[in-house]
Amino acid sequence: MEVIMKNIYKAFGTNAVLEGVNFDTHGGEIHALMGENGAGKSTMMNILTGMHKKDQGTILINGKEHSYTNPKEAEEHGVSFIHQEMNTWPQMTVLENLFIGKEMKNKIGFIRSKEMKTLALKTFKELGITMDLDADVQALSVGQQQMIEIAKALMTDCQVLIMDEPTAALTDREIRMLFKIIQHLKTKEVAIIYISHRMEEIFEISDRITVMRDGMTVDTTLTKETNVDDVVRKMVGREISDYYPKKNAEIGETVFEVKNLSGTSGFENISFSVKSGEIVGFSGLMGAGRTEIMRGIFGIDPISQGEIILEGKKVQLKNPSTSIKAGVGFLTENRKEEGLVLDFSIKDNISLPSIDEFRVRGLIDTKTEDEFVQLLMKRLTVKAQNEDISAGSLSGGNQQKVVLAKWIGIGPKVLILDEPTRGVDVGAKREIYQLMNELAERGVAIVMVSSDLPEVLGVSDRILVVHEGKIAGEINRTEATQEKIMNLATGGK
Amino acid sequence: MKDELKVELPKKKYTGKELIGKLGPLLALLVLIIIVTAMNPSFIAPINLLNLLRQVSVNALIAFGMTFVILTGGIDLSVGSTLALSGALVAGMITSGIDPLLAMIIGVMIGGILGAINGLLITKGKMAPFIATLATMTIFRGATLVYTDGNPITGIGDSFIFKFVGRGYLFGIPFPVILMIVAFAILFLVLHKMTFGRKTYAIGGNEKAAFVAGIKIDRVKTMIYALSGMMASISGIIITSRLNSAQPNAGQAYEMDAIAAVVLGGTSLSGGRGRIFGTLIGALIIGTLNNGLNLLGVSSFYQQIVKGIVIIIAVLLDRKKK
Repeated sequence: MEVIMKNIYKAFGTNAVLEGVNFDTHGGEIHALMGENGAGKSTMMNILTGMHKKDQGTILINGKEHSYTNPKEAEEHGVSFIHQEMNTWPQMTVLENLFIGKEMKNKIGFIRSKEMKTLALKTFKELGITMDLDADVQALSVGQQQMIEIAKALMTDCQVLIMDEPTAALTDREIRMLFKIIQHLKTKEVAIIYISHRMEEIFEISDRITVMRDGMTVDTTLTKETNVDDVVRKMVGREISDYYPKKNAEIGETVFEVKNLSGTSGFENISFSVKSGEIVGFSGLMGAGRTEIMRGIFGIDPISQGEIILEGKKVQLKNPSTSIKAGVGFLTENRKEEGLVLDFSIKDNISLPSIDEFRVRGLIDTKTEDEFVQLLMKRLTVKAQNEDISAGSLSGGNQQKVVLAKWIGIGPKVLILDEPTRGVDVGAKREIYQLMNELAERGVAIVMVSSDLPEVLGVSDRILVVHEGKIAGEINRTEATQEKIMNLATGGK
Repeated sequence: MKDELKVELPKKKYTGKELIGKLGPLLALLVLIIIVTAMNPSFIAPINLLNLLRQVSVNALIAFGMTFVILTGGIDLSVGSTLALSGALVAGMITSGIDPLLAMIIGVMIGGILGAINGLLITKGKMAPFIATLATMTIFRGATLVYTDGNPITGIGDSFIFKFVGRGYLFGIPFPVILMIVAFAILFLVLHKMTFGRKTYAIGGNEKAAFVAGIKIDRVKTMIYALSGMMASISGIIITSRLNSAQPNAGQAYEMDAIAAVVLGGTSLSGGRGRIFGTLIGALIIGTLNNGLNLLGVSSFYQQIVKGIVIIIAVLLDRKKK
């Protein structure tokens, strides 16, 4: 089977995601697809499998123009997509998962378990895996669940298999096993599109590499004709303009220190410090553990060891409540899940973490609360008719400003910002950077986690790179380049 | 901040639609009163209205507590059993010679403890509120039967203060009605003017965001279930006083009427949205239906059908509004 995608364009609303993408693959090839977060890799694959509709462009399947209308049709024609978040039903058995939606039935509608088992075992044998068909999927490792997805794809006579970050959660042994299966599929003339951030893997397994950046395909080369540095350069290769406002804050004494912090959510031995007026950027790949570190510090997830020192004193931040009282604020990466009460008004959202401050003789002093909210809304230029409309009705940028306002409202000494500009338009982004600079000028110590490399480079004084739950290195603003960060983030030197 | 960035923020105004949304249950009550009065004018007689209010008060008190519970996205099925158990314990204490006022105070505290047990099962035990309170519903009922040996507790004596709670009048108004009004006023303040109320709404609206914003979820929830237990025990004392005896099967299915009042009042069962004023109206709607259908001579069998239909219509209309 041969797939060619030509000049594909796609926009979500006014947000252009793909701007002229070219890609091709054929049976018996392992084709790696690389690019930063948000470069458009998943969107391109979702268009191929019919999850999204292309705005413009041509897709040729075996030389004939054809676009799948939905993932199910793509699957029936042999194009399967194994997503990063797997589509398994944890409470059902392996067998039930393998045949979900396409159970084999006899004439009166009873399920033919025996035939299904025979087919499943045959497929497992071919892949060289053993698994109890009656086990519940939730009892299996992520690697085993992945095998189920692959087996599922094979049973529908898969000819193009797309895998999005398949090794992100696998152990070394499971990765070896996966690679063996991939090689086996290759000999069976299956085309494999392999999306990954991990350089070592890509160079080990792929035949060709396509690099995407900002919604465009930069280049496609044979793997043996390129090298890591070359690929990284293509992935990041853009200049940082003066898009980022100049920072004038004076950097003072160390305010916040984390020593040897470890947590079961996936980070070990994290040590770093932040000075007043300083912005420290945390970079790394998705799933590297940056968010988990911050959640551990703020007391959302438990930490197993380590200490936190605030203004020279050891503090126990055992839950968000104590963190806020100590003067630590945390803007979470997912504003709709953890940042806002969407039904609440702007006012109630902004005052929520500080609500106890407004208590006068047991009642909420609404006048002071109103003034407090209005001041913050003006300072952050939240655009809304009034402070009583619900936060859920605001645009992404304005919602993010409301979340920022609520954390600025607690008067933080340390402010942790996890993806502060995610899903925010360009104008609001700049305002948020400006605000961060202003806070730094007032002596707030800021920690910023960001997957946007230019942003990390443009805003931070110092950059810490996280790789697989550990700090892989520290780079100063003056020496930092996207290549250096990418190298550390992908486990290079 | 630069001056040009300042914006004027106009004051809020309700649109007609919002106003109807807020006043919907009240309008429904008025329509219901007009219909019942038209069919039987004796409904509007002061003596009947006072009687109606007294009938409503027991359900309203339970429903006020239930409002807080439901606003957090929870449910409390154990209120009927809590009512029976605390009523029986108060009767038992008085018959064994404890000062009636003290016995009643202890009774309310016991209600609070029983509620707090629910709260702890839900927060620390991480149980679903439905399951936790379903279990304690049967446990508390069983405990009542064990304590009373299945028989009513009588011979509570004729302490003035104890009789007054269920049977007394203040300024010509039955005391349970006064209790209902006072409880409403206090809980209205708690819900709308105190930080506790704000936290209640925040938990129901988005528990994760509330946690990250530093709200002590477990503590607030436990206190809310304790409040629900206390309101149930107050109702239990009123009923015991009115009957001058504690019935082991008192309060059965009262949780359903309380939940119905909350829902009729426009509070969302998924939490975060609703008002205690709506609950008061909801309780009055149920009371008016019961009282009106009685006056009209409708058999109690049909009354149940009518009540169910009214709940369905109310919820369907509410859904449509959104």
